[in-house]
This record gives sequence, structure tokens and C-alpha cells, in this order.
Amino acid sequence: MKLYCLSGHPTLPCNVLKFKSTTIMLDCGLDMTSTLNFLPLPLVQSPRLSKLPGWVLKDGSTFLDKELKECSGHVFVDSVPEFCLPETELLDLSTVDVILISNYHCMMALPYITEYTGFTGTVYATEPTVQIGRLLMEELVNSIERVPKAQSASMWKNKEVQRLLPAPLKDAVEVSMWRKCYTMPEVNAALSKIQLVGYSQKIELFGAVQVTPLSSGYALGSSNWIIQSHYEKVSYVSGSSLLTTHPQPMDQASLKNSDVLILTGLTQIPTANPDGMVGEFCSNLAMTVRNGGNVLVPCYPSGVIYDLLECLYQYIDSAGLSNVPFYFISPVANSSLEFSQIFAEWLCHNKQTKVYLPEPPFPHAELIQTNKLKHYPSIHGDFSNDFKQPCVVFTGHPSLRFGDVVHFMELWGKSSLNTVIFTEPDFSYLDALAPYQPLAMKCVYCPIDTRLNFIQVSKLLKEVQPLHVVCPEQYTQPPPTQSHRTDLMIDCQPPPMSYRRAEVLTLPYKRRYEKIEIMPELADSLVPLEIKPGISLATVSAVLHTKDNKHVLQLPPKPPQPPASKKRKRVSDDVPECKPLKPLLSGSIPVDQFVQTLEKHGFSDVKVEDTAKGHIVLLQEAETLIQIEEDSTHIICDNDEPLRVKLRDLVLKFLQKF
Amino acid sequence: MAMSFQKPWFLARARRRFAMTRECAVLLPRVCAALADPRQPGSDDTCLEKLLDWFQELTLFDSTVQLVQDNPCLTEFITSVLALPEPSPSILSFTLRLAGILAASENRFQHLQQEKLLARLFGRDGPLNSAVWEDASVRSGWVQGVHNMMHHQPALHLLCSGGGIDVIFTLQGDPSLFVASAASQLLVHMLTLSVESETTKPLSTKDCDWPACAQMIIKRIEDSLQSSSASHIEQSLKLLTSLFGSCRATWTEVLWLGVAKQIESFLTEETVQVQHMLANLLLNMAWSPVFRDTEGSFWALVTSALEHLTPVQAGPLAVGILRLYKCPQDVRIQALTVLLQPMDCILRAASQPLEYAGLLDESVSDPVTVESLLSSRSSCANLLCQTLAHLEELLSLSRLPVDLPYTSLLRSLMTILQFCNGFLSPASPLGSTISRILINCFRVQRSALDVLAALSERKGSDTLIESLFDLLLAYLESPNTSPTVLKKTFQATSKWLVRLQELSCSNSQGQQTEKILEDVFLVLQKRLCSPCWEVRDSSLEFLTVLIKCLRDQDEFRQSLLSSEVPRLTENLLEDPESYVRASAVTAVGHLAFITYFAPEPPVVGNQYNKENTVAKLQEILSTDPEGFPRRAVISIFIKWLRQGCTGQLEDTEQFVSRVIQTVEHDLDWEVRLGGLELIEVFCSQTICQLGLPQCPYAPVSSAVTSSIHWNESLQVFCRAKLFSFLFRSLCDCDKPVGQRACDVLLGLRSNFYPVSTLEGSQGTGDSAVGHGIAWLQRTLRQGSLAQNFPTDGSNGVDFQDPENMMIALGAIELEELHDELNRSSDHVEKSPQSLLQDILATVGTIEENEADCY
Repeated sequence: MKLYCLSGHPTLPCNVLKFKSTTIMLDCGLDMTSTLNFLPLPLVQSPRLSKLPGWVLKDGSTFLDKELKECSGHVFVDSVPEFCLPETELLDLSTVDVILISNYHCMMALPYITEYTGFTGTVYATEPTVQIGRLLMEELVNSIERVPKAQSASMWKNKEVQRLLPAPLKDAVEVSMWRKCYTMPEVNAALSKIQLVGYSQKIELFGAVQVTPLSSGYALGSSNWIIQSHYEKVSYVSGSSLLTTHPQPMDQASLKNSDVLILTGLTQIPTANPDGMVGEFCSNLAMTVRNGGNVLVPCYPSGVIYDLLECLYQYIDSAGLSNVPFYFISPVANSSLEFSQIFAEWLCHNKQTKVYLPEPPFPHAELIQTNKLKHYPSIHGDFSNDFKQPCVVFTGHPSLRFGDVVHFMELWGKSSLNTVIFTEPDFSYLDALAPYQPLAMKCVYCPIDTRLNFIQVSKLLKEVQPLHVVCPEQYTQPPPTQSHRTDLMIDCQPPPMSYRRAEVLTLPYKRRYEKIEIMPELADSLVPLEIKPGISLATVSAVLHTKDNKHVLQLPPKPPQPPASKKRKRVSDDVPECKPLKPLLSGSIPVDQFVQTLEKHGFSDVKVEDTAKGHIVLLQEAETLIQIEEDSTHIICDNDEPLRVKLRDLVLKFLQKF
Repeated sequence: MAMSFQKPWFLARARRRFAMTRECAVLLPRVCAALADPRQPGSDDTCLEKLLDWFQELTLFDSTVQLVQDNPCLTEFITSVLALPEPSPSILSFTLRLAGILAASENRFQHLQQEKLLARLFGRDGPLNSAVWEDASVRSGWVQGVHNMMHHQPALHLLCSGGGIDVIFTLQGDPSLFVASAASQLLVHMLTLSVESETTKPLSTKDCDWPACAQMIIKRIEDSLQSSSASHIEQSLKLLTSLFGSCRATWTEVLWLGVAKQIESFLTEETVQVQHMLANLLLNMAWSPVFRDTEGSFWALVTSALEHLTPVQAGPLAVGILRLYKCPQDVRIQALTVLLQPMDCILRAASQPLEYAGLLDESVSDPVTVESLLSSRSSCANLLCQTLAHLEELLSLSRLPVDLPYTSLLRSLMTILQFCNGFLSPASPLGSTISRILINCFRVQRSALDVLAALSERKGSDTLIESLFDLLLAYLESPNTSPTVLKKTFQATSKWLVRLQELSCSNSQGQQTEKILEDVFLVLQKRLCSPCWEVRDSSLEFLTVLIKCLRDQDEFRQSLLSSEVPRLTENLLEDPESYVRASAVTAVGHLAFITYFAPEPPVVGNQYNKENTVAKLQEILSTDPEGFPRRAVISIFIKWLRQGCTGQLEDTEQFVSRVIQTVEHDLDWEVRLGGLELIEVFCSQTICQLGLPQCPYAPVSSAVTSSIHWNESLQVFCRAKLFSFLFRSLCDCDKPVGQRACDVLLGLRSNFYPVSTLEGSQGTGDSAVGHGIAWLQRTLRQGSLAQNFPTDGSNGVDFQDPENMMIALGAIELEELHDELNRSSDHVEKSPQSLLQDILATVGTIEENEADCY
């Protein structure tokens, strides 16, 4: 059993598990932190960005000044943003049989895998995962494609050149692997390879293993996966949550008795309690609006935004914010808000029951009805007519490098009355803000990450008790910025096995058993012999028939009849010939009785020597030696076959045959 | 029984008060017969308890046999219950306790014993050898009965000679904790009674001639202490603990010396785990002058206990010792060491070697046990919380017999709080273990913040004040701080801000104070916008406390007014949560003292509009659907009025009048009560202002001038429509309102009718006014409902007419009303007669039902 680790990002995993002749890719997350090295893509011409000075080397060389721009001491690539793909060289990705997706954030690299590597397998995911994943991809493609950039920088990627660059560009890994965003046709092609599955549905892979998605409680349709054969069980836990938010609660019980548990997608901000952060979000929002400022919330079009809108729904009246407009701007805003209301079966119990009332499960429907929340595909068009300040704007992308958010950063950045509140934990807010410096607007960091924290993990592991835990190396040591927080790492026995990007792990679990079926006729012919109370044995002579990873013992072919005629043996008799079987022996030889028997049979000069492993019986006269050990008996005599046979028969008297 | 402190007149009065009335004496035989009737289902336990209380009162001051002689039904009752083959457990338990009460006096004891009733009830052949003994209520009744009776030697002998002592000792281990505890108390009582009533000469260690009964008990105690049974040892230790806690006579020392060695051995003995009982025992002894004042052995034992008990067991003992004023210094130091050891350990675990000296001198403390407790997840928080609670207890004492190392203590507290929020990177392995355990431990955070608050009042911990505020602000800032921890942080912060102001007054730390205040208001601003109402509420309470304590400080006022806090506070008057609105009202009310009511109003803009705020509060008072905000408004109005913030007299008159008219129909009685308090304050201020002596004992000015003032004040009160509210309130369905109104009216009368003039002024004559007043008098006597109380003058009383009101004040029998209102509302139902009737009534229905059946 091997695990190929293609991504180093603990919450955007991409691993390949080789298990019982199947090759299973677990998630294909796309690391978008690479985009932070690029300049933002403004929707309208930004004089500030276009006037940024080119970067000049220490020696005065200016050959990079077209590609690299400097802003407040940071250097950015002036080009279309690029993403860091999972490793593609570690193994031949065309051999991957299936891809299992755990949630919509962890499938963003799917087109790169399915469309570029010769992949011919199937992708399994739940329906909400696919639908919302499509929205995220659509938004991504849309926000990059609508701002075409003439220039594409590549010179800086040259290893020799990169060495000369300032951090963090200098330290960026695998820059040669960075790729531009995929296109909509590629997205569609990739998504067409997905097969929809439901929670607890059992999917057979080539008869060898069975995979099952389980609710993971993190997002709509998010799942953990069980990969099991008859005797082995591997659990893949990725992006799970025990908090009561909108999705169905996490199914923990089914993870019990795993041989190996692969654990990824824990909270990225283990010190921030989501409830506290939501409180912080609301307080800062209210404070800003009351002081006449605007609030900008860079976010994904799905996920935490549903919970935030729900909190605000309860909070705005109490905070006297009823007259403040809330805008949600995304090319997929409408679909996201509407999709969320139709996936009732994937929601938590409270929300499910609402559907039967019938009421929309999420209260944002009411916010939309009462005109408190308005959504627009982009800042162009209707939005510009309706736009009133002070207001609250939810828009993407959280990296602040593309999407409508870039426009609002440029628009509101100069006033200290305004606030940008970061709620998505995927990007460092300081890095995200770097190309907008100097910035007057207030910045508040309230990352809301509902995924498991280390206390919850430790309880979970105690509960489900896997034999081995495998996790990204980041989880086996305290966070680098808080090295004293030894509570912020996985603590279990035996210690977890860790992996890093481009590493291949041989999982410590050895397969010991395989299930084999016996045909009824064959079973009928067996005659078990009780060798110990409760334990019976029988010899089986059969033909092992293996097909589609299923093993069946069939009756052996009848021993070839002595040819009735002198007809030639038929060629079609390809079944192996069965030789008559020698019986198997069991039992032990009591030396004293054996010696007595020998004496009874006329051997008078019997001498017994004890050895480390048993005894040696010497028949001096016959110059013969009988070596009796626990699991073997040897009769050593010189070319006296009749004597050997006689002795053998005497030995056999003491043993059981079957 | 000796009752030397009671004077004969006192006895006579008490006897009269509790004597059996003729009516009761008539009812009692029927009640007794009914109770003894086995066909009756179990009687109501409360009735039986009340009946026992009554008998207790009847016998308390009367030791004669009269009660039992005059009411033979009582003895008959006992006899008939004893004769029942299967008495109900509750009746039997009642009988045992009743018999005990009756037999409390020697005379009645002898009377009951004429028929051997007591021996039959409490002796071998009584309930204790029957099947009903299985019932805990019977055992409890038996123990209580014996306890009730145990006031004289005959009772003592009855028990001792009949083997009762064995029964009581067995009952100490009863599965019912009530019975077990009562048995233990009974033994203490019997031992004390035996020694104190039967000893002829003082006992001493050399000549220790215990009376027979005491001897039996002591022997049993000594035996069980020497037994190997932990439960027996525990029972005896419990007994000794309560004995030394309740009895401070010198003979207790004699008893102690007999068992001291054995008890001392328990400290080191590992086979019997009774160490946890020893702290309480030693503590009770330490409070007793018998042991406290002795030199030597007792205190050596305490020292040994402090050494041998686990830190958790020794904690309560240590804190108890530290509260004592009379205690050898070395024991005190030892106790302090025990108490401070966990705090010392924390400090050492967190700091670099040699960075700070610990709290304790290393030579006196052995930190191994404490360290191991602190590094275990299950015991760490418990030990710290216990230690912190003890420290808070000590710090709350106004005079502390011992000096605590305040600076190190503060440093240690800060370390704990830093561990709890994960801010500290400890250098030692122990430190990182403790840090792991304590992160996000709310219990420890709360306890540490309590101690921190208490520590603010102690001098000598000021050097760390700057880093302390960094820590407090980090807690206030952090979104991970739970609402309850935040509340405690607010409490600690307010206390330390007061301390900071005191310090900045005494030295030049102005800038530092200003910065801290600025930060506090910044975070407060955010907390006032919290979506969690508990947080908004505690933020407003915090603000109110700050204004109360610091409103005279310029720096504070400036920082507050230049922040957004006042505006946000006013916004919260419209909060959807009623508690928050109430707190906002209180905060806005206090804020007014430094804005528009300030002698020099701030120059910061015009945003503080007095009229608007008053109007807003009045709107809340008249329209808020919840009681809390309305109560808060009326309290603030009272406060404003008391502090003279409501302007000149005319303005105040209008203000009070408006408020009164709003609150008089309020559904919440506390709001109406607040209205009456407002009237009281207003009246006394008006009278004071217009020159009339407020106090009846003050010199009365000449008749002419005072009559002018009467008229003037009376006119003011009438114009403000106070009287209709006051008289209507006399009929209020909520008694406190009526009582208060009556008090106010009595106060007014005493002002307008000095005692000398009252007699002659009560004639109301035959005029129309007279009729009106007569009607009022009648209405009040009948107790009409306040809402039906006509105040429109239709009945001839004009509540706004000074003359009418003057006559009414003189004529209405306010004292009588006052007495009536002060009588408890169930005074009729509480009488013994009513109780007996109740019991009979229940029986009556049963009898009727029976008749139906036939």
C-alpha cells in the first residue's frame, strides 16, 4: 500500500493511493497562493497600478522591469496570475483509475489532471460538490478571462534569474510548473467525467475495493471517504467539521476500525474559534457602518458566506443596520444563493425540516425578498445604478488578485472610514494586501475556518481508533510562528506518519488476508478433522479461479480416466493434472514410547540424545539416525531403503493423517 | 433546664403567645384521633411538620406537665399508634418526634414514662426492631425524637441503659445521609449533655472520671479509631470534628489527648485513607480556644498535617490557619507555603532560570508533589482553581493576619492568564505541559481574574501595572475570550483602572494612563457592537462602573468623551434584548453626569442633547414592553433627582409629575415602587427647599411662616398630582407598594401635622369634604382594588386640592393601615387553629366519602 503525495498544501491535498491493484487519487486541490506573487487584475484601468515602477536589479540591470513591478517594497509579477499545480512527475497520472473528491474547494485542479495527463478514469463526487465546484471554477475563469492581459511574463522563472529576485519570489517553489488558468471548455470536459454519488453509497472498484463517501460536516455535499476491501479499511478524512453550521453533521461512527486514516484539511487557523470570529466580524462591520464607512468582505461565492449572511440576518436589526444595503457580487452569485436552497437533503437537520414547512432553508432568501441583500453578476450594469453608500460588499476573489474585489480595494482603500474584513482563511491577509499599500482603510482579520481543530482531532482519533494515522508534515509540529504551542499538533499513539510534497510513503500496513470463496460442491466434499477442541482442519484440493479481483475455489477436475481407447489426449484438457495427494501429518512423537516401539521391533541398541531442537535417536548397529524435531523428522540411513521404510512406518504410527 | 437569661416577664409573655387556645384544645382530640386512624391515607407531610413546629413552640417556654395533662389526647395518640400492627411510616415518624418534643422537659418525660411510652417508642421493643425500621423516615424520626428529648439525665439514662447508644452508632453509617448525619449530631449532643450535666468536678487528664454515658460514647470512638475499618474511622472523625466545632469546653482537650496519638498516625498511615477528613477536624480545633491557646503538641500536629496531606487536602486547612489571628508564626508560614506553592510552581515553570525569584524560598518547599499535580490534565485545573479561590478568600478579608508577596503573586497570576490564552512560550518542560493543559481553560481564567480583581486593592503590586494592562487588553480584545471570562476581565479591569488613576494622581504617569484608557475605550467600542447580547450587556455594566468610580477624573472624562463609546451606548437604548436596554439606560443615565449635568459641560460638539436623552428615557418608561428597562429608567430618574440634576423646582415639579403619571399605571410593581421613591425624594427636597423642617425633631418655625410653607409645598404636591397616586397605591395589589405609599403619607403627615397639632385636626365635619374623606376612609378600609380607585373627584375627594389633602392626611387612620399592611398576608392561615382545621378538613372529606360508600 503506497501513498504518493502530490501537493504540499495541507488543506488543498492531492494524494494518490495504490491499494490492491487500484490507483485512487484523493482530491485534487489547487494551490492558489502562487497568485499572491502577481499584480492584481483591475477591472477598470488603474492609474496607480499602471504607474508602478519596474523592478531594477541591484546592479542596475533593467531587463526585468517589464515583468516585475515594485510596490511599497514588494515585487510583483505583472502578468496573468498562475497557479501551482500538483506534482505530475511523481507517477504516471494516466494510470489513475478513479479520483475521489471530498469537497468543492479540493477539486479546483481537476481540469489540469483530467485534460492534460491522459487520464481515462472516473471522478466521483456528490452533487452539491460538483455544482458548487463548477460555480467556483466558472467564477475563477470568468474573473481572469474578462481582464485579458497582453503580456505574459516568463523570463523571471528562469532559475538563474529567479535566484537574483527578492523574497518571496526567490523562494517560490516549482515555478516552472505554474500554469495559467484553464478555460471553460476544459472545465466542462473535466466535469463531464464526474459520476455523482450519495452519502453511504457503496461503489465497487474493479471488484477489488469498495469506496463510500460519508458526510464530513464541512460544506454542502462535503465528504470523507472509506476505501475498503474485505480485510483492510483506509479512511480518508479531508475538510471535516463538528460545528453545527448548515451542512449535514459529520459521520464519525463509520470511520471506526480503520487500519489507516489519512487526515488532511484541518483548520488553518487553529487558534481562532469560529464563533468568536463571527462575533468579531459582526462587531467590526457594525462599527464601520455606524461611523459612515463601507465594509468589503473578500470571499468565495459559496460556503462560509451562507453562515455569515445567516448571522447578519439575526444581527442587523439589533445593531440598527436595517437600512444598510448588503451587496453580493459574483458572476455566480445568483446561482450560488439559489443552489444552496435546493440541496435540502445535504443540509443539517434544522434546515431540512424547514423545507417541509415549506420555507427556504437559508434566511438569505428573506434578505433578498426584503431588498436588504442584493446580488449582481458584476459591478457593471445594474449594480452601478443601485449602489448606495455606506454599504457592505461581499465579493471575490479572497486573494485580492482578480475579481470585482480589486475594484473595491482601489475605490475604498484611501479612506480610513472603510474596512476590509478577511473571513476566508486560505490567504495571508498581509500578503493579499501588499500590492495595495499604502492603504488607509482599516483591515480586520477574522478568518472563519470551521474545519476540525487539534482538540477535536484528538477526540476524534480517540473515538475511532485507527491503527495508523497519516497526515501532512505541517500537522506533526507546532505552527512555525507559535513554536511553543505544542497543543497545536496531532498527538496520537503511535505517532502519525507524515508526508510532504513529492514524497512516496509506504504505508505501514501489510495485507495479510484475502477472501476466497469455496464453491458449494467443493465445500460438500471436505471432511474436517478436529485436531484440537474447536479447531478442525481439512485439506482442500481445488482450482483457484481468479477473475475481476474475486477468488473462487472450484472442484478440481476429475482425475483423468485411464484412456478407454487409445485416442489421443484431447488438447482442450487444459486443466492442470492432479496428482494423488499425500496425506498431511500432524501430532508429535513421544520419544520414550517411540523407543519402546523400536525395541519391540527388534532394535536393541537404541540411544537417545537431546538436542536443542528435539532428539536424536541413534540405532548404532544399523548406523542409522532418526532426528526428531518439532516440525520435521529425518531418517538418515545409508542406502537401506527397506529399513528406512520400516522406520518411517513406525514414525507414522504416532502421527495423525488427514 | 436552666434558662437563667430569661426574665420572668419575658417568660410570661412568651407563654401567653404560644399558649394553647381554647379553640385549639377543642380541635386537638379530633385531630389526634384522625391521625391515629390507620384507615386514613398518609397525611400531608407539611401539615405534620407545621404541627410539630407548633408543639415545639408550645413546649419551648413551658416545662410543666400541664400540656399533657390538659390534653390527654396526646398520650392517647401515642398509645394508639404504638398499638397499631402496621403503622404508616410517616405517622410513626411523626409520633417519635412528637414524643421527643413532649419529653424534652423532665416533668413531661416522667409523665409519659408512667405508661412506659418512651421506653416503648425508643427502646428495644419499639419500632427499631420492627419491619418499619427499614423505612428511612422512621429511622430519621427516631433519631430526631431522641434528639428532641435529650435535655435531661433521665432521657440520657433511658437511652444508655436500653442499648440506644449502639443503635445510634450503627445509624452513623446509615445509607440515608440525613439519618447518618443526624445520628452523628445526636452523639455529639449526648456526649456534651452527659459531661456537662453529670460531672461533679472538672475533668483532667490525670483524673479522668467520665460519666457513664460519656464513657460509653468515648469508648466507642476510641475503639472505632483503632479499628481497621475506614468507614468507622471516618464516622468517628466526623463526630470529633463536629464536637470540637460546637463545644469549646476544656474537657474536650481531655478527650482529645486520649485519641491524639491515634489520629496523628493517620497522617502517615497508608493503609487507611482518611487523610481528607483531618483538615476539617484540625481546623475546627484551631478555632477552639481550648487547643489554639495551647503551646506545643496541637500546633505540631497541624504542621505535620500541612506537610503530609496532599496539596488539595491541605489547602482548606492552610487558608483556615491563615485566617486565624492567634497562631504561631512558624505554622502560619508553613500554611502560606502550602497555599502559595502552586503559584510558585507556575512562576518557576514559566520563567527563565534565575529570571525572577519564585514566590517561596526553595528551602521550605518541596515542589515535587505540586509539580506532578500541575502536570496532570485531571488535577491541574482543580488544584489551581482551589488555590485561587483560597487566595481570593484571603484577599477579601479586610484585615489579613499575614502579609502576602503581592508582586510575585501578581506575576504568577499574570503567568496563569498568559498560559490560558497561549501567549506564553515557557522555557521549561513543565511549563510547556502546564501551558498545554491550561490553554482555553475558562475555569482557571475566571478564578485567576477574580483574584486579580481582589489584588487591585492591595498596595505593593504596582510595578507590573503596565504589563498587566497589556494582558487585560489582550483578553478584552481576543475574540476567543468567552462571555463569562470577558465579564470577569471587565471587573478586574475596572478595579485596576481605579488603581491606575490613584497611581497617576500620585506620580506623573498621566501619559501612560491616557494611552491605556484610549485602548480600553477602543476595545469597549467593539464589544458594544458584539452580536452576543451578554457581551453588550457586560460592556455597558463595565462602562457604568467606570463612570461611577472615575467620573471626577479629567483624563477619564476626556478619553471617554472623545471616543465613540457614548454614541454607541445611546444606540443601545434600542437594543432588541431587554437586559441590554436596561443596562444601556443605566449607562446613559450615568453618562449624563459627565455630559449635560456636569458643572462644566464638555466642549466636544453638541452631540449630547439633554432633552433628547430625557425624552428617550421617558419613552422607554412609557412604552417599553419589558420591565427591566422601565425599572432602570425609574432608578436613574431617582438618582438624577437625588443628585439635583433635574433643574430648578418648577422644572423638577413638571418632571416628577410627568414621570408619576407614566408609572402609576405600570404593570410592574417595582416600577410603581420606584415612582413612590421618586415622590419621597421629591417631597423631602421640596419641603427642605421651602424651609419646612424635614425632620419632626428639628426646631419648628413659627406657626405663621410654617403655614405659608405648608400651603406652598402642598400646592406643589397637589399640582404634581402626587396624592392620587399615593392614595391609590395604598390599595395596590402588591404589598410593598402599599407599604411604601403608607410610609410616604405618614412622613408627609408628620411634616404637615406636628404631633401636638394632630389631635385637634382630625374632625372632618359634615361638609362635602367631610363626606369625601369618609368615603376615602371606607374605601381604604375595605381594600378596594387600585385600578378601580376613582381619583377623578367624583366621590367628593379632590386629590389636587390642598385643603382636601390636608384634611385627608389628618383624618385617614394611616397608622392602622400601616399595621394592617405590615401584617403578613397569611397571618390567618398560619394560625395553629387553621392548621388543625385543615387537617380535619382533609379527614372530613374522607369520612364523607366513606359514608357514600356505605
